[in-house]
Amino acid sequence: MQQFESLMAALCARRFDAPLAHLKRLSGGASQESWTFVCDGKAYVLRRNPRGVQTSQTALPKASESAIIGAAADAGIAVPQVSFVCDETDGIGEAYVMDFIEGETIARKILRDAEFDHVRPGLAAQCGEMLAALHAIKVTPDVGGLPDLPFSDAAGELEKYAGFLKADLSGNGVHPYPVFELAIKWLADNIPNPRAPALVHGDFRNGNIMVSPEDGLVALLDWELAHIGDPMEDLGWPCVPSWRFGQHHLPVGGFGQREDLYAAYRKAGGEIDEKAIRFWEILGTLKWGIICGVLMVSAFESGADPSIERGSIGRRASETEIDLLRMLLGED
Amino acid sequence: MQDRPSAKKLLAAARAFLTETAMPQLSGHAAFHARVAGNVLDILARELELAPGFNKAEQARLESLLGETGDLVTLNRKLCEKIATGEMDLSNDALKTHLIKVTMGKLAIDQPRYQGYKTAQANGWSEEELGE
Repeated sequence: MQQFESLMAALCARRFDAPLAHLKRLSGGASQESWTFVCDGKAYVLRRNPRGVQTSQTALPKASESAIIGAAADAGIAVPQVSFVCDETDGIGEAYVMDFIEGETIARKILRDAEFDHVRPGLAAQCGEMLAALHAIKVTPDVGGLPDLPFSDAAGELEKYAGFLKADLSGNGVHPYPVFELAIKWLADNIPNPRAPALVHGDFRNGNIMVSPEDGLVALLDWELAHIGDPMEDLGWPCVPSWRFGQHHLPVGGFGQREDLYAAYRKAGGEIDEKAIRFWEILGTLKWGIICGVLMVSAFESGADPSIERGSIGRRASETEIDLLRMLLGED
Repeated sequence: MQDRPSAKKLLAAARAFLTETAMPQLSGHAAFHARVAGNVLDILARELELAPGFNKAEQARLESLLGETGDLVTLNRKLCEKIATGEMDLSNDALKTHLIKVTMGKLAIDQPRYQGYKTAQANGWSEEELGE
């Protein structure tokens, strides 16, 4: 920590010619570290990979993530402005610095606290509008100025996660999950019709959307899973039951109805394919189940992360099993 | 046979220590982990009480579904194969009932307060049984 603090002080001196103040680690984010600090009278956020090291094969390099955030800002999407991407001279690893935005990302507060009462009913529509603007960004490389991005469509995502399930990471044989098999079979039989590829955020859900009590949706964060793919993915993922935090009757993130999300998306020029969104809701639920039941459990059992927090999350895979069963039986 | 006190009573004592003594003295990340540890002890207590009966019920249904015997992992792997190949699906009432009960049993142990579980209960889904 002390070494990190002196590196940050040097970074502030070099980049802003001003002293570092109020360096503080934000809680949450197992895959990403976030720090707030003040420099030259302005508040910033530093986002970096844990201990500065690239950990996940799926996460984008910080330079690409920052370029996409720039393209999103140009398209009028509310994002925190990136000041700069850290380089070797900064010596803190893969990281970038962005403006601090005032707002709430903790779902339980957004869904329950009285101060959000009057913006909550409009959130689903705000999400639809924002997603339509995102998916309208031109993705042809020579036009959009986007960095090289991975391509992953419905079949690709399904194959990736089904692969994790069957990978036998522990070496003790594959743990059988009959309900996951049922979902994989249904998904393989219901791959959506192809459509024009779009820039997909890839993690559009509670936790990554910032909400203020005055203006509702004020920023879309955490672009490290952005890719080129099926835009319907971003409309299905926020409706995965695990992101409703006890508000099951409100399928969009526990705060809104699908109809409001879809209507706003259409009104802003987007095209909705409800069958495809359903595919992505079910695939999203399966993905979260496999992340909890396979990837988290492997990290725990191998000793890579022996914490009680990591171990206990494995027992949340059953949540997604009951949700998948309800979805496959037409009940959610 | 293990001697007294029972695993159930020891777990309850560990839980009480965590909640009443340790947690009030902790803050920040340690307090959060203590709360998670408490939830894990609750899962273990429910598992100790329910899993032996649940596993017997699951075993009996799997043997009848598949027409063969074996341990739970082997039988579940066989079931996964039959689902993956499309040989069995939810139009099979016995499979549907089996998966509902086995999943309801997992939730009764892992996350009995999860809303998806409560919704399934409200929709009349059968709970797992305690097999003989």
